[in-house]
Amino acid sequence: MDRQQVRLTVNGEEHTVTCEPDAPLLDVLRHDLGLAGPRFGCGIGLCGACFVLVDGQARSSCDLAAAAAEGRQVTTVEGLAAGGKLHPVQQAFIDEQAAQCGYCISGMVVSAAALLASTPSPTAGQVAEALDGNLCRCGTHGRIVRAVLRAADQEGE
Amino acid sequence: MSTGWQARLDFSRPGEVTVRTGKVEYGQGIWTALAQIAAEELDIALDQVRVAPVSTATSPDEGTTSGSRSIEDGGSALREACVQARSALLAGAAAKLGVSAGELSVSDGQILAPSGGTGLTYWSVAGPGADSPGGGGGKPAGQWSVAGRSAPRLDIPDKVTGRPRFLHDLVLPEMAYGRVVRPPARAAELTGLDEVRLPPGAVVVRDGSFLGVVAGRDRDAVRAAGLLARAARWRVTESLPDERDLAGFLLAAPAQEQPVTERRDEAAAAAVTRRLAADYTRPFIAHASMAPGCAIARWFQRPDGEAVTVWSHSQGPFALRAAIATGLGLGPEQVTVQHVEGAGAYGHNGADDVALDAVLLARAVPGRPVRVQWTREDEMGWGPLGPAMLVRLSAGLDAGGRIASWRQDVYSNGFIGRPGSGGEPRLLALSHLAGGGPMPPAPDGPPTGAMGATRNAVPLYDIPDLAVTRHRLLDMPVRTSSLRSLGAFGNVFAIESFMDELAAAAGSDPVEFRLAHLSDPRARRVLTEAAGLAGWAGRRGGLGGSPPRGEDPREGAGFGAGVARYKGTSGYCAAVAEVEAETEVRVRRLWLAVDVGRVISPDGVINQVEGGAVQSASWAVSERVRFDRAGITSVSWDTYPILRFTQVPEVTVTIVPSDEPETGAGELAQGPVAGAIGNAVADAVGARVRDLPLTREQVARAIEEA
Repeated sequence: MDRQQVRLTVNGEEHTVTCEPDAPLLDVLRHDLGLAGPRFGCGIGLCGACFVLVDGQARSSCDLAAAAAEGRQVTTVEGLAAGGKLHPVQQAFIDEQAAQCGYCISGMVVSAAALLASTPSPTAGQVAEALDGNLCRCGTHGRIVRAVLRAADQEGE
Repeated sequence: MSTGWQARLDFSRPGEVTVRTGKVEYGQGIWTALAQIAAEELDIALDQVRVAPVSTATSPDEGTTSGSRSIEDGGSALREACVQARSALLAGAAAKLGVSAGELSVSDGQILAPSGGTGLTYWSVAGPGADSPGGGGGKPAGQWSVAGRSAPRLDIPDKVTGRPRFLHDLVLPEMAYGRVVRPPARAAELTGLDEVRLPPGAVVVRDGSFLGVVAGRDRDAVRAAGLLARAARWRVTESLPDERDLAGFLLAAPAQEQPVTERRDEAAAAAVTRRLAADYTRPFIAHASMAPGCAIARWFQRPDGEAVTVWSHSQGPFALRAAIATGLGLGPEQVTVQHVEGAGAYGHNGADDVALDAVLLARAVPGRPVRVQWTREDEMGWGPLGPAMLVRLSAGLDAGGRIASWRQDVYSNGFIGRPGSGGEPRLLALSHLAGGGPMPPAPDGPPTGAMGATRNAVPLYDIPDLAVTRHRLLDMPVRTSSLRSLGAFGNVFAIESFMDELAAAAGSDPVEFRLAHLSDPRARRVLTEAAGLAGWAGRRGGLGGSPPRGEDPREGAGFGAGVARYKGTSGYCAAVAEVEAETEVRVRRLWLAVDVGRVISPDGVINQVEGGAVQSASWAVSERVRFDRAGITSVSWDTYPILRFTQVPEVTVTIVPSDEPETGAGELAQGPVAGAIGNAVADAVGARVRDLPLTREQVARAIEEA
């Protein structure tokens, strides 16, 4: 398949990569740009491990062509920490010890960051709704919800 | 490799102690707990401990990281090594200082005399001479300052920031990418491969019915594998049983029958006035890790011949090394397995199989590391599964409403299908290579060891006349192996469901009925605690109770309890469940009490028990591997749904304080939670569902049949 040049803005930086028109954004992020945060789980957008922000919206990157992200702002979990300081959601996940294996956590953090950007003081129910597209197999759901609520409290201060 | 404490502890980096363990981290937090033990016994700070990645070249062989034994076994071995090291190093310091070792103490690795610093440290006295055997037990828990408290997990900061941490993130120089084309059915033979134009540089590996490809980029390997899959021609044989009649399959398959426990009491049996009988089943259950299996292998030439290094997230690096060597006719010294963390495994998943895939592909491009990642469909369709089980129970009550007699028959495939089990390498690709045959049925361990299907097959209740029998299936149409808690999930679901049926027959409250048959004080304590947490006394609608003050009665809600001692010898757990079962079965809340003996990290225990409870709830109400006569069909999250954020219960866990020896925590909740949920569903709908999962369809059927 013919490759093409795709210009991406990832975590505020411009990148030009050469890839097939249908190359998934996840694959380009991981293999071409060396970002390990978004992770492969299912390849069809059903598990949330690969979630990134595209223009501020959390969505799967495994079933989105990189070419379709041209001209849009892509933010991965690596891009959430600013100026050496963790994003409040990241800090809250540490404070609540809200992980077991952690493979899903990048996607969880991204979904939670998107939620708090639009809904700064969510209820536990709203957090659960917002994270419903993110699967966790270890059963850390309760801790994750607590972490997001804690981050909301701290951002609100 | 050195023996004694030097095999486990390395003081060669000043200010730091490297712990070598054979236990692998996969999200259960074990390395943090082991670091706590080392810090405690050596009197150093937690951040002075580094845990070395497990490698067959340098780590002690502590077997597979499974069965909730890491604290019990790996922790004890480490504690002993630390006690010996401390004693040996202090003896060395005492000799240098001309004082008695008993006068010396340690703080953060600095060796102190009563008057203060001695200028000596662990690192300054550690050396070739410092190997005198030390002795003595570890500190009593009352003196612990690092162990016994919740320590923040060492791995979580990396995980929330997306730093490379998993094997899936590892990129080695010159790395190539491989993909495997799996057959379209469990029993299939590759009969031909049409001409196909692959991406430039792609190398095809075909051996019997094993088909794979290596390319310079993962995208090219994926594309090439897709093209090969379309070009491959297979002869398919239908080999799987009828998924809609699991009970028929389990009861009809040829089986080996062996007594598990037999305690006959003819007088008690003769006193039976009322007998109940019921069959309970669990389906095949998938590990369904969030990450599909991944491995990297590098095949290379050494002066002494060929060798291969494998990077794997296997739970048993040493067994994997032996299985690869046996399977490919190599010596174990030709194979090195280096463990790198993967996603949560929950038992024997495809991690070992993908490692052999990587080796087979790496052999075709010597010198280059080859990374192989399975697809989600491979992971769900080809990984080993937790076996389906049928538990046939019958019991007799005497005139006083006490259980006099109990018979339990467990029908299941074996649970011990890990590499090396029964002397077989048991790696998937070996059954596809030319000359390979179907994988032999999984063993299940001796019938009395509670190792497989018999785990928790013996009720913990006081029953005078008892007989338990295992029927291990001798055919394995669906490949089975270890899944978290092994037989405990099915057995405890059955036993605890049946206890409620017996309690109802005896006209007793389910918790009271259990306590009346429970003389083990630790079991009584956890059950009483969980019941108290849940406000049990007022809850059971069927018993005319009212909910605790301040709570509205819930329409369609039900409550149920379950209790077990894991393996019959390990930790205790009791659970109370609240469910709603008006349409879908929804587990709203779980209250658990556990007794795991002495606790190294309270939050680590709670995290494991919470996670186990949520996973068990998911198995109980949602999970069932689907298949047709050719192969597994539940190969995506759509067809194998697990509980989501809006569906998971709220979980409350309490730890009952105990001075007993520490036990594992990761598998305690599985059985009791399943039992509690089953009983809560029966309480809510007034009909007993005996076949897992407790879906809307199963509940409707049970109501119809009631």
